[in-house]
Amino acid sequence: MATTATTGTASRWRALTHHHLFWPVAVLIALLLINVPFTPDFFSIKMTDGHLYGSLVSIVLFGSPLILVAVGMTLVIATGGIDLSVGAVVAITGALTCSYISDQADQNALAGVFLAMGIGLVAAVVCGLWNGFLVARMGIQPIIATLIIMVAGRGVAQLITDGQIITINSEPYKLIGGGYWLTLPFSIFVVAAVVAVTVALTRKTALGLLVESVGGNAEASRLVGIRSRRIKIMVYVFCALCAGIAGLMISSNTSAADGNNAGLWIELDAILAVVIGGTSLLGGRFSIGGTVIGALVIQTLTTTIYTIGVPTQTNLVFKAAVVIVVCLLQSPKFRAKVFGARFGPKSGARGGGTGTSPAAPVKTPAAPADAAPKMEVS
Amino acid sequence: MTATTKTPAAPDSRTPSKAAQVLGDRRLPVLVTAALFLTMYIAGLSRYQNYGFGEPQVFLNLFIDNGYLLVAAVGVTFVILSGGIDLSVGSVIGFTTMFTAWLVERQGVPLPLAVLLALGVGAFGGFLMGYVIQNFEIQPFIVTLAGLFLFRGLCLVISKESISISDSSVSSLAQTRVSLGLGELSIGAVAALVAIAIAFYVLHYTRFGRRVYAIGGNEQSAMLMGLPQGGTKIAVYTVSGFCSALAGLLFMLYIQSGDPLHAVGMELDAIAATVIGGTLLTGGSGYVLGTLFGVLVLGLIKSIIQFEGTLSSWWTKIATGVLLCAFILIQRAMTARKQT
Repeated sequence: MATTATTGTASRWRALTHHHLFWPVAVLIALLLINVPFTPDFFSIKMTDGHLYGSLVSIVLFGSPLILVAVGMTLVIATGGIDLSVGAVVAITGALTCSYISDQADQNALAGVFLAMGIGLVAAVVCGLWNGFLVARMGIQPIIATLIIMVAGRGVAQLITDGQIITINSEPYKLIGGGYWLTLPFSIFVVAAVVAVTVALTRKTALGLLVESVGGNAEASRLVGIRSRRIKIMVYVFCALCAGIAGLMISSNTSAADGNNAGLWIELDAILAVVIGGTSLLGGRFSIGGTVIGALVIQTLTTTIYTIGVPTQTNLVFKAAVVIVVCLLQSPKFRAKVFGARFGPKSGARGGGTGTSPAAPVKTPAAPADAAPKMEVS
Repeated sequence: MTATTKTPAAPDSRTPSKAAQVLGDRRLPVLVTAALFLTMYIAGLSRYQNYGFGEPQVFLNLFIDNGYLLVAAVGVTFVILSGGIDLSVGSVIGFTTMFTAWLVERQGVPLPLAVLLALGVGAFGGFLMGYVIQNFEIQPFIVTLAGLFLFRGLCLVISKESISISDSSVSSLAQTRVSLGLGELSIGAVAALVAIAIAFYVLHYTRFGRRVYAIGGNEQSAMLMGLPQGGTKIAVYTVSGFCSALAGLLFMLYIQSGDPLHAVGMELDAIAATVIGGTLLTGGSGYVLGTLFGVLVLGLIKSIIQFEGTLSSWWTKIATGVLLCAFILIQRAMTARKQT
């Protein structure tokens, strides 16, 4: 740690820049500001017909499914896993729910809509259980275990919809992804609720600590008496459930289920959001707040590309650049090479576990610094 | 993990039982895949005999229709054997079709030069990914994910529309058939077979091949033994990039157009083929010939669905997933003694 800071301002500034959310928030603010010269009223929010409209509202609205999936993914990644099947789960949930609603005589009947959503979410939970079973019970690498549903799941979704795009016309169902409540898009409330519950469960109870412990070293956690397998299964189920809710949202927003394209590549965006948010892919630590900001960064990037008039097809190239920059900044070796010995091996060893800004002091209230030091794996 | 994953297969004891010997045999997955292929083929024969399933050309069509996948899967096999993963394969294939079509049709570049350029770009892309993975110790998963985005984005930067290829040399190449007596193969299929022969030689008979296995088996040990693991790792991703570009060229020859959405998700087919072919995803164990059988099994599923006529295409995905699952579980049983 450099000891140049002598004044109070400097040390406060350093504490700020070293907070684990500093860089994600800085990137988000920078991206938002880029829009101002192109769209002067970018930050303005108008009230029309009792609904709030504005670029900021749209970013949160369109980013909602991604935030949901990414929050679930965060916990999976925190246990040292990864879930590639979320896109397929999104498709399956949407397909099941929409096909059930479309079979109803009265598509607006509340009971039918709730039952349909229940069926969709149960299917999502079953997918999560299956992933968790393969990872925790059979001991299969997560990337491979979840590949199965990633490949087969889309086939199943198409099977359910019979290869067609099922369109529905259900007012209550439309609310989830496209409706408004208290002047705001309803999906924002859903996301806020899920995030709040997740944060409460992981940071107000010991659950978060257990997840990080399992991610740090599953075997050691088991030996100290943590039911690491049960925790693992739980996070995969939770992740699939989040993906299921996102699937409801996406299909509700378009009032249609598309087995082939719903949630396509959302797993990759979600992983990206988690990484931008400062959660290391090695597991052992996570930041839900970081993930939400990461997802907002991705959505803002997309919106920015639209608003500043760059051809939309370059979207993916920008995204690739963001992935590379973020990963390089998180790589202790890269930091050591580029920024010199100051952030060398010593700080790198610590930064490697947290995956935050260079030499970030470990400052996560619920997670003691020595909770789960990541073992060096070849 | 060890507590529950004990199976009779664990060849820990000095004198393994017969069952343990069979299950511990590294060739077992390949043999299972080959047997599966034969079973499926015979089932197809008995079911569609009257529809000409037994004609040799139907068998050879497996190579014609899946040559590009075979080449891509060979590249992926190198990466997986070394213990890594490459998600950029489908994007590089798509990019190659687009890039070559753009060079030939829009820029008037002669075809041989365009082919060389495309192969060079693919190999260089793989090299860059390998370099970043090796030198900055970032997980292959995330680096090749960036590659996936980058190359798919570059496709779209070249053009949002597909570019059909009217170049006469391309169409004549695409229509050229090599007669084998019983049937005929396309140029693409021949190229794929040559690629697999070269990969077989490189992996099993050269120093480079031994290094790939050694790193995949245990990177730390390989390093302590003094193997140049850094160079090998980078080379493996370069090979994969090159194979992807070659697969892209074959795909372009097969489809005769460049399209920004060509081969979306083909990396999964390639990974699935490799896994079904018996290559361990933890690295260090597997055979190129297994990958060949893996691709053939996937191809056979497609042709059986074609012959069936009534089955819909999504059954391909489901069948692939089920097979993938079965083979992953077989592999798991074999490696039960290893800790996860």
